[in-house]
Amino acid sequence: MWKNILLNFWQTLRRPSLHYSLGFLVVGGFIAGIVFWGGFNTTLELTNTEEFCISCHEMRDNSYEELKTTVHFSNKSGVRATCPDCHVPHNWTDKIARKMQASKEVWGTIFGTIDTREKFLAARRNLAEHEWARLKANDSLECRNCHHFDYMDFTLQNTRAVEQHSTSLASGEKTCIDCHKGIAHELPDMQGVDGW
Amino acid sequence: MKNLIMVSISLSLLILSFTLTAQAEEIATLRDGTAISEQKKPNFIPKIVNTDILHARNYPMQPPLIPHKIRNYQINLEVNKCLSCHSRSRTEDSQAPMVSVTHFMDRDGNFLAEVSPRRYFCNQCHIPQADIKPLVGNTFKDMHTLMKEKIRDMKVH
Repeated sequence: MWKNILLNFWQTLRRPSLHYSLGFLVVGGFIAGIVFWGGFNTTLELTNTEEFCISCHEMRDNSYEELKTTVHFSNKSGVRATCPDCHVPHNWTDKIARKMQASKEVWGTIFGTIDTREKFLAARRNLAEHEWARLKANDSLECRNCHHFDYMDFTLQNTRAVEQHSTSLASGEKTCIDCHKGIAHELPDMQGVDGW
Repeated sequence: MKNLIMVSISLSLLILSFTLTAQAEEIATLRDGTAISEQKKPNFIPKIVNTDILHARNYPMQPPLIPHKIRNYQINLEVNKCLSCHSRSRTEDSQAPMVSVTHFMDRDGNFLAEVSPRRYFCNQCHIPQADIKPLVGNTFKDMHTLMKEKIRDMKVH
């Protein structure tokens, strides 16, 4: 039965259109393409907002509450980072790749893998290690979207910062996340982490 | 007799009210004279001295001041941000001063392998210096200055 249906469908596709003009199909297809693509991208961008992230209590009560106390939330110039600024690549292909990985987070939400504070704390090291690995692999791309090395004024930094930035960071031996862990959220138990 | 009682009561009330107002003024000194029933307009939060240059200790046992900012430094069961530079194993990389060996002692004077739990919470004793004028005057002289003065006085006499 399925074979027949598929065969029918294939034969319909292969035949020239009987009832619709070529113009209708081309223009209609074009418009439908805009609608579908626009809809897809709008939905994608909708899932790329802080409101979406903190619409689940796991993020609202844990990660977001911790972010609120840091300089990436409130500071003298009023420029702040939202969740996707650091956790989703800005480049489209990388973003899609990350979004596909994030389907695992939908699974987590449905089955409540971190739906209590205790579960979240127990999973924190694992969650953090994923983010450290991701930022290490892309040379802290999400940091560098705002913090450009080329425009850092070492004369405005304190001596300790200059020492690190002008040597290890400048030579590419280290990247931002190697030292700046736990800047927006609390750290897990750091036993065995390099540099702790 | 009745008059005497009245006079003594009013006198004591007067004295009481004097002492109360005096006390109220005393309390108000650090509040810039704001009435006790009112909320004082908060002062500016001062900047933290962030020069990385060690401050002299005012007396030998003073816990050294932290010469840098420590905003959002996490010190809890999970992690101690201070020790990520100041612990024994980290000082070679960080070139930060190592925690004093006294911090490895428990309260019976036995040396432990790690920083003693009672010394774990650094900012219980160590604090950064805010860039402010002192609120009240201070005539404290450390032992060194006192000894120098004493020797000088002995030479004079």
